[in-house]
Order: sequence, then C-alpha cells, then structure tokens
Amino acid sequence: MSDQNRLSVFKTYKLYVGGKFPRSESGRVYEVSDAKGKWLANAPLSSRKDARDAVVAARKAFGGWSGATAYNRGQILYRVAEMLEGRRDQYVAEVADAEGLSKSKAGLQVDAAIDRWVWYAGWTDKIAQVVGGGNPVAGPFFNLSSPEPTGVVAVLAPQESSFLGLVSVVAPVIATGNTAVVIASEKSPLPALSLGEVLATSDLPGGVVNILSGRTAEIAAPLAAHQDVNAIDLAGADETLAKELEVAAADNLKRVLRPQPVDDVDWSATPGTDRMTAFLETKTVWHPTGALGASGSSY
Amino acid sequence: MASASAPTAASAFEYAPAPESRAVVDIAASYGLFIDGEFTEAAEGKVFKTVSPSTEEVLSEVAEAGEADVDRAVKAARKAFEKWSALPGPERAKYLFRIARIIQERSRELAVLETLDNGKPIRETRDADLPLVAAHFFYYAGWADKLDHAGYGANPRPLGVAGQVIPWNFPLLMLAWKIAPALATGNTVVLKPAETTPLSALFFADICRQAGLPKGVVNIITGDGRAGAALVAHPDVNKVAFTGSTAVGKQIARTVAGTRKKLTLELGGKGANIVFDDAPIDQAVEGVVNGIFFNQGQVCCAGSRLLVQESIHDELLDSLKRRLSTLRLGDPLDKNTDIGAINSAEQLARITALADQGEAEGAERWSPACDIPESGYWFAPTLFTNVTQAHTVARDEIFGPVLSVLTFRTPDEAVAKANNTPYGLSAGIWTEKGSRILAVANKLRAGVIWSNTFNKFDPTSPFGGYKESGFGREGGRHGLEAYLDV
Repeated sequence: MSDQNRLSVFKTYKLYVGGKFPRSESGRVYEVSDAKGKWLANAPLSSRKDARDAVVAARKAFGGWSGATAYNRGQILYRVAEMLEGRRDQYVAEVADAEGLSKSKAGLQVDAAIDRWVWYAGWTDKIAQVVGGGNPVAGPFFNLSSPEPTGVVAVLAPQESSFLGLVSVVAPVIATGNTAVVIASEKSPLPALSLGEVLATSDLPGGVVNILSGRTAEIAAPLAAHQDVNAIDLAGADETLAKELEVAAADNLKRVLRPQPVDDVDWSATPGTDRMTAFLETKTVWHPTGALGASGSSY
Repeated sequence: MASASAPTAASAFEYAPAPESRAVVDIAASYGLFIDGEFTEAAEGKVFKTVSPSTEEVLSEVAEAGEADVDRAVKAARKAFEKWSALPGPERAKYLFRIARIIQERSRELAVLETLDNGKPIRETRDADLPLVAAHFFYYAGWADKLDHAGYGANPRPLGVAGQVIPWNFPLLMLAWKIAPALATGNTVVLKPAETTPLSALFFADICRQAGLPKGVVNIITGDGRAGAALVAHPDVNKVAFTGSTAVGKQIARTVAGTRKKLTLELGGKGANIVFDDAPIDQAVEGVVNGIFFNQGQVCCAGSRLLVQESIHDELLDSLKRRLSTLRLGDPLDKNTDIGAINSAEQLARITALADQGEAEGAERWSPACDIPESGYWFAPTLFTNVTQAHTVARDEIFGPVLSVLTFRTPDEAVAKANNTPYGLSAGIWTEKGSRILAVANKLRAGVIWSNTFNKFDPTSPFGGYKESGFGREGGRHGLEAYLDV
C-alpha cells in the first residue's frame, strides 16, 4: 500500500506514573495544537488526584533510587540518552510541532537534550566529591560531609522549551538520587509525555520520574501544599503563581528553586551544578578518632 | 518537682562554691541601638529590660527598635556595602582576624556576660561558646581572600545587605555564625539578637569599634519579634538568615516568598540518640547527658529522644539515673555548676506545660533529688520513660532539660523511629560496630550525625537540617554559599 493511501495511526498520549501509562483519573483531556493552531492530540488533563498518586509513586521509588550506587544511576541516565538517540526523529517532529520550529532548529534542541542526559550521567558519581568531603575539625574527630538527595521533588517544567527545557530540569533532579513529579509544559506537553516512553525503556525504575500534563497551576497547587513533597522547582511558574506556590511550600519548609527571569534562561548553555545542589542536603557525620599511644616522634 | 527514689550516693566531700567573679564585666545601665557605628536611641524612645535568668536581677535597659530604626539600620548597611564589598579580600580578612583576636582577649569578660544574661553555666560559656565564637571568626577570616577557590566559581559576588535574626540559646555563638561568613563574603549586616539576650551583641558592637570596622558594616538592633519581622520584610534586604523556632521560620519563608531575597533557616529539632546493645554504657550515658542537658537542653540539635535497645534498657536507665543524680544545678557563675537557669519565665512555662502534658498522657516522669533556687527560672533534669511515639514529649520540641526514652529491637526499627518526626537536624549513634554506624548514619534523615559522641561543633563543619529543621548550612565551605550570589 502506498503512503498516500494509508491512514496514519494516532497516538493516545497518556501520563507516566509509577512506571505505568495511566489515563488521567479524572477522565478529562484537553486539546493540544501545534504552533499554527492545528490539532495534534488530546492530552490528559491531570487532576489533583493524579498529582497525589504521582507523589505516592515517587515516594515509593525514592528508597531504591537514592540507595542505588551513583555508578548505577549514571549508567541509567546514559541509557536514556541512548534510547533518545534512537528515536531522535520522533522528538524532532514533536518539538518542531510543539514550538513551531523548523526541523533543523528542532533538531538542535533535541541534540542538546540528548547531550544533557550524557552530561548529567557523568555527574552522578562526581557531585559528592565536588560538594562534600572531610572537614578539618579542631579536635580528635573524623568528620565527613556528604550530599544526599532531599527526596521527592515537584518540578514545573519550563513552559516554552517543551523538551530541552524539560530535560534540563528533570535530569539534574534524578541524577542526584531524588525522585520527581513533573508537570509538563501546559501548551506543549506532547514531547514530555513521549519522554515517559523512553524513560520506561531505559532501566529507570518506575516512579523515579512521573510525568503529568494539564493545567500547571491546577496540578502545582496540591504538589506545593503536599506534606510528602520535599522540594519544588518553579521553573514553569509565572511570577504570581510562583509566589503562591512558594507560600504554600513554606508549610513543610520545602526546598524551593525559584524561577529565573525567562529572558535570562539559555537552555542550550552548559549548565552549572546549581540545579543539582538545589535539591541536595548536606549530612555531616562525626566520629571520635581516639589516639594511638602518646604523642611523640615515633613512626 | 518529682523527686522519686533518687539513688544519690553521698559524696565523699562536698564541693566548695567556686564563683567566677563578675567584676570583669562592666554593664552599663542602658544601651542604645548600634547603627552606622554609633549607639543611638530608638526613634520612638522605647526601651525594655534584660534580666539575669538565675536571679531575675535587672542587668540593663536596652532600646526597642521600631520600623523606623530597622529602616535606618538597613540604610546604613546599604551605604556601607559599596565600600565594604569593594575592599580587597585580604583587607576584609584582616578586619575579621582583628575581631577574632579581640574576642579571644575579651573572652573571659564575654563568658561572664553571656552567663549573666543567658543563665547558662560559666563552664559552658568559658569552654564551649567563647572558643567557638573566636574560632568562627578566624575560620571565615581566612576565606575572605580565598573566595575564588571556594567552589562557587571565579569571583563570586556578595548579595548586599544581610538581615539576620538569632535566638537566645547561644547569643554570641549564633552572632558569630551569622556575621563571620557574611562579612567575609563582602556583605553588610543588620543583626537582631533575641529579646532576652541582647547584651553580648551590644558588647560585640564595641568590639567592632575597637577593631576599627568601617561604620555601617555591622548594625545591631535590639527589640522583640516585631523588629525581627520588620527586618525580614524590609524591601532593601537581600539576604535573610534566621535561627529559631520552626513556626517562626515558616512565617519568614512566607514573608520572603515571591521576592529575590536569599533565605537560610536553622530551625527546631527532635534529635534521636540511638544506643545499641554493644555500646560502651558509660560513654553512652555521658553522651546522652551531654546531648540533652548541655545548655539546659535549650539546643535545637539536642538529643531529646533517647532510643535504647530493649535488651539494655534497664541497665542504661540505672546508669543514667545515677549520673543525673550527680549533676549540680544552681548558680551559673559557679564553675562547678552543670545545669544553669532556663532562659526566661516564658520558656520555663513552656517546658513546664509540656512536661506536665507528658505526665498526663501517661509517660513516667523522674527527676533526681535537687534543690531549686528560690529566685530565677529553674527546671530540674527530667526523664520520661514508658514513652511511645505518639506521646507529645516524643514529638514536640521541648527546648529544655527533658529527655524522652523509647526502646527498639532492631536497627531498622531504630531508624524508623528516629526518622519519625517532621524535624531532621541531628541524631546520635552509639555502638562499637563500625559498619552499623555507617549503615544507620546513612539511613537517618538528619543534617548532623554524631557517632559515639554528641553536640560537637566546629567552624569547618557544615551544620544544618533536613525537612522542617530548615534549609541551608552554616559552617565550612558550605556556609559561604548563603552569602554569595551563586
């Protein structure tokens, strides 16, 4: 059968929660259009129940993921890049549609996103040495500071950069052992929902990344107020929403990463360590060293 | 006070009183606000008294800052910021070294002053607070000209004016923790000490004067929570640092929401001290005592929950009670005193209410026999046994000399119980088994873990909490981040 006669198969976009692909609990969808207003798909319009389910999944996954070796986490992040590379064309098409970009410009975005996974894959087993270490205390103690993931992080993905922006905020969160509940770009959620399919086939344990689509403000409110969420990245919030969510986050003293002014964000620049350290705690462990014999010159 | 069957072994001989002289401190009858290098009266002319918690004697009268005063102090700090931040690092370092040296020189005077104003034993101010205060200034002095090497990029920039609010439990030490890194990184400071312990900060103002610190770099405003709230909310403050209660910390987090102010919070705790059956009992008992009775338990990282392995519960408790019976409560200026006064009548009321609630909820209360002085604010060292995780005394931060004892059977259970709190500041582990220390330390959700020791502090060592114990770290390289634009 020739191409022009073949009716294409539409894709039903679904959420990615706990390693599975559920529809929204609410049964709602919303229309997603390309940059010119042409209908692309119906995306799930997540409810607060979906958000809470995603937190449960992320919490359940936290022990295993944070307890995995840094080497193992690096391998898995790199595997995500491998899987994405193989499906590059799909993402180029989705990003081009979502952001109204030419194929070549969308290609640059996708390439940068793939490289971003590789970059963070290399960080998993280095960040502890860069931000932790032994402290030379004035006393007979061995004392060591190490970074630990803060827990479940709610991530409001950037609204404009549907894929590179998304990857730039998700990869650092999980590289350090946190688990994430991600709200995709409201207007352009399809690349994010497709990322779930890649994550599901990259040996990433289910629940480490959970992806929701829908109204950012509607889903973010219960996440910011959720007592079992430890941190929130407000990248995708406007000024008013960010303030509202930051106030809610104070209830259990969530770590808050405030949105940077939109004009200043260049998602293609090599990131620093800020997005990793924002969701790390420093744990300092002390132990007496004792003394072997009296002080003196013998050795 | 409950003073049941305390097995007090009669001492071979009694301690003679060994009071430290208070003549080394000259407290003025009144103090103003320290703004732009000068002591000035509050705009509204209001004052309040500060008393010695051990005698209720009025020590001095200090100015009560209002919004206009806060504004004046922030303006002074803003004006001073331009020159101070432009000063070459080695020069800033030298100012901090000067301050550190002067603190050492005046250490005895400051220790006595702190004991008078706070009520904590002179043994602690002399041997713990003051050496750490000086060490903090020395440590951060050394960073002032090495910031390019701190791991925050080349040429990291200061934030501007830091608004700092500190508590009454370690007045001078908390001042050092806040001011030393702020100045080293090129920020200027408006600091508000606690209402009940303003004096050492005002003496510090004099140290700044002696050190020749440029005017406006450090400003001290005394007052109550309203002055603190005005400082936190001031639009021209770039960085807010707070140490204190979790409730106030949450309020501050709400206040700075939606602003660009950088925020660090060091808040409450309900630290677990976990004693395994192979721990050396005597050392563990010393650690448990130090963990909860240091500074009358008025310590955010206090080990206020003792988790003891069931098989050694009775043995450990006997030892602990015996040890508590030897603690000496009384005149904080006496060098033999272990337990001083509670900082304020308000705090004493809170401790009393929570301890009474513990009793009402069915926990078993015990205190050693001890004489409580007639005047001042005192609370005998107190143990609660038969405590479950649901009891208020196992959940709420009491911030007093009250220890709740719980038991566990397995390391997993110990970890689960230790982590069963909204707080996450500190924890202790007592065992001879190294792998168990590392495994348990790994699983505890707390910022500071002391293994086979407790309540150790050092300026090179990051300190701060997980969860509702706040965010950010003070001390070490990590402590610089809070004051840099990174």
